[in-house]
Amino acid sequence: MTTKFTPDHEYIRVEGTTGVVGITNYAQEQLGDIVFVELPSVGKALKKGDEAAVVESVKAASEIYAPVSGTVTEVNDALSGEPGLINTDPTAGGWIYKIAISDAGEIDTLLDDAAYAELTV
Amino acid sequence: MAEASSQDLKQTPLFERHGIAGGRIVPFGGYALPVQYPSGIMAEHKWTREQAGLFDVSHMGPSFLMLTSPSGDAETDHAAIAAIIEPLVCGDIAGLKPGQMRYTLLLNAEGGTIDDLMVGRQADRAGSLYVVVNAGTKENDFALIAAAAGDKAVLRRADSGGLLALQGPEAVDIMATLVPQATQLGFMQVQEFDWNGVPLIISRSGYTGEDGFEILVPAHMAVALWDELLVDPRVKPIGLGARDSLRLEAGLPLYGHDLDESVSPIEADLGFAVSKRRREAADFPGAKRILAEREGQLTRKRVGLVVEGAPAREGAEILDASGAPIGVVTSGGFAPSLGKAIAMGFVPPEHAVIGAKLQVSVRGRAQSAEIVPTPFVPHRYFRKSA
Repeated sequence: MTTKFTPDHEYIRVEGTTGVVGITNYAQEQLGDIVFVELPSVGKALKKGDEAAVVESVKAASEIYAPVSGTVTEVNDALSGEPGLINTDPTAGGWIYKIAISDAGEIDTLLDDAAYAELTV
Repeated sequence: MAEASSQDLKQTPLFERHGIAGGRIVPFGGYALPVQYPSGIMAEHKWTREQAGLFDVSHMGPSFLMLTSPSGDAETDHAAIAAIIEPLVCGDIAGLKPGQMRYTLLLNAEGGTIDDLMVGRQADRAGSLYVVVNAGTKENDFALIAAAAGDKAVLRRADSGGLLALQGPEAVDIMATLVPQATQLGFMQVQEFDWNGVPLIISRSGYTGEDGFEILVPAHMAVALWDELLVDPRVKPIGLGARDSLRLEAGLPLYGHDLDESVSPIEADLGFAVSKRRREAADFPGAKRILAEREGQLTRKRVGLVVEGAPAREGAEILDASGAPIGVVTSGGFAPSLGKAIAMGFVPPEHAVIGAKLQVSVRGRAQSAEIVPTPFVPHRYFRKSA
């Protein structure tokens, strides 16, 4: 199981052919209190870089982009009632959606832990 | 919005304090100011509603408009200074009692709003008005007022000093420990007080809907006052983010968003700011349009909306029940005290009815919205009967 990152602060945790996507702890700190999450529809086909979801803080709306291409297989419905899970638990309870990865090669283009850490210093 | 480089931004006397407190600094109105501190907008907002928030609003434009040659007779001098500023605004300035302050609007010839501002009559200085304008508009405002003053009066800017807002239900008890006499002020009263030999101009006013004070302090004492206020555990510093969500819940317009040079006081639902005496005299800029609008010849009106689902931000279209565009959101976001999205925007008067079921378009999707009375959260001003 590996976790990779985008320069836009999404993470994707790769579990076999599925990826679990959310935003990083750094991102949630920058955004502040999340008050609303617009989830993608299950079955939606996404290309790498497509807008997949929107998270809204008190102050602003931020687009969440697909880190890789694929099809949305599941969304975190808990966020509808409790969007603040992204703040309190961004990498576990605050995941946003799962994607069936269509091109495993795209994973290699993403940032690893060390590269992402360097970005957020 | 293009971000100015940090070198272009002005700093308030409290700039270093914001950094020490962990404030996230953003450009606002030409100044480098904290949008939030580490606790975040939601917590800061709620703290202000429950305890007391301390805001650095030194970017705003406090000033004094003073007669060049006062006679010494308070009423004569007040009439003279009021006569200088009244041609620019729609408020009854001549009718201000000593120490009374009024919200009014600077208008252009078409009745559009150049700025919204506070004008107070200084109790202890004959022929002097305390005038506080917005940060983003202050250069133009000051030029207009100075031109109107000619050689009869002088406009002394005080915007290099510190302007602090202490807001919230505990504000009055905190003020009692600092400047006890200032707690005698009622809402929209202003007076000069002495704090350890430092002159402070204190008004009972603010931009949150809560009871509270705005305090003008000389620049060299601004940090001392800020620190002294923060010694009290009931006081926390609050950034611009919560200032915006607080004023939105209080239904208060923000210049440059809900108000601009095209918007009249009647359209903005600020008819109370067009004073009776001025209406009867029809002697303010744009009087013809504004009086006609007051009689019902209106094409749009500012309303408050409760929005279901995602917040509708500035620029979102307002749709009628059938989905036809009828207006636009001018301020909107999440209301921390209500736990839902609210907005202000303009719609035609036939739609501007409390309870009307409308929609807003957010990212191309229509969401339900309903017109509700403003303020969204009741004001808790400390009003003194006259």
